[in-house]
Amino acid sequence: MSERSLVVAVVAGHGQFADGLISAVEQITGRGSAFVALTNSGLGPSELEARILSSLDQTGARVVFTDLPAGSCTMATRRIQRTRSDVVLVTGANVTVLMEFLFSIQSPLGTPVGGLTNVAALASAAAEKARQTLVATGG
Amino acid sequence: MSLLLHRIDDRFIHGQVVVGWGQPLELKFIVLVDDDVASSDWEQELYRMGVPPGMDVYFHSVEEMTTRLSAYQSDDRVGMLLVGGIDTMQRLVAAHESLRTVNVGGVHHAEGRVQRLRYVFLTPPEEAALRDMQTRGVDVTAQDVPGTRPVPLNELLTSRQDG
Repeated sequence: MSERSLVVAVVAGHGQFADGLISAVEQITGRGSAFVALTNSGLGPSELEARILSSLDQTGARVVFTDLPAGSCTMATRRIQRTRSDVVLVTGANVTVLMEFLFSIQSPLGTPVGGLTNVAALASAAAEKARQTLVATGG
Repeated sequence: MSLLLHRIDDRFIHGQVVVGWGQPLELKFIVLVDDDVASSDWEQELYRMGVPPGMDVYFHSVEEMTTRLSAYQSDDRVGMLLVGGIDTMQRLVAAHESLRTVNVGGVHHAEGRVQRLRYVFLTPPEEAALRDMQTRGVDVTAQDVPGTRPVPLNELLTSRQDG
């Protein structure tokens, strides 16, 4: 597996939320494959939790981006955190937070950025930058 | 009556509940009734984190709720009764004749269940429990979010979806 294909996070949400965000990352950066998409559609809480956990285990990713703070993907991830304290959850995800996080872990060419071991701190920093992009103007 | 929705949803508190129904109903509180959740501080904290500011959530066992339902029904605020399983709602309906409507909002895939709608899968005993509630005079419909059509129980139980 090349460095470029490493998955850095799981994106999970309602409907096609995750697919949409990742397609935007792909269009902007060509690096959509750094994320795995999951939808909660048709899934009960146990199935959803199992799928998120399975995606984390299969990819080695430790970060889950979700849409709503109260959404079922968020609740499922919080349950996972009960036994997996290394898992980091970021709610209210948007395309900016995905790209900021991606480029804090991997360079734009896909190689790991050296010396960065605190994934939670990187996710938190990415969330803060993304929050600053949520701006209303005009009217 | 201030409990505007009596909902069965195995995901308990999630987007459809706090936003999908919460916004149009201007929901101010949720009464979550479940014996397991009522006995787990951790579960309660999890669901507390899921409700937005301005919305309260209360937790009760089924037994506690049978004595407290009328107090919630006379609360000035708009509320929702939320249970995770059909059996729980059946027990509440059996104990309270004032529960005249039941919303099947989400019963998802599990072994032994047959898919009736995109968001409703039922075992034969669960179907019998819903019929029992209907026999008691309860209007049982399936509806995940306010913008979709409520599906009457008779139609729900004759629907079948594959995959």
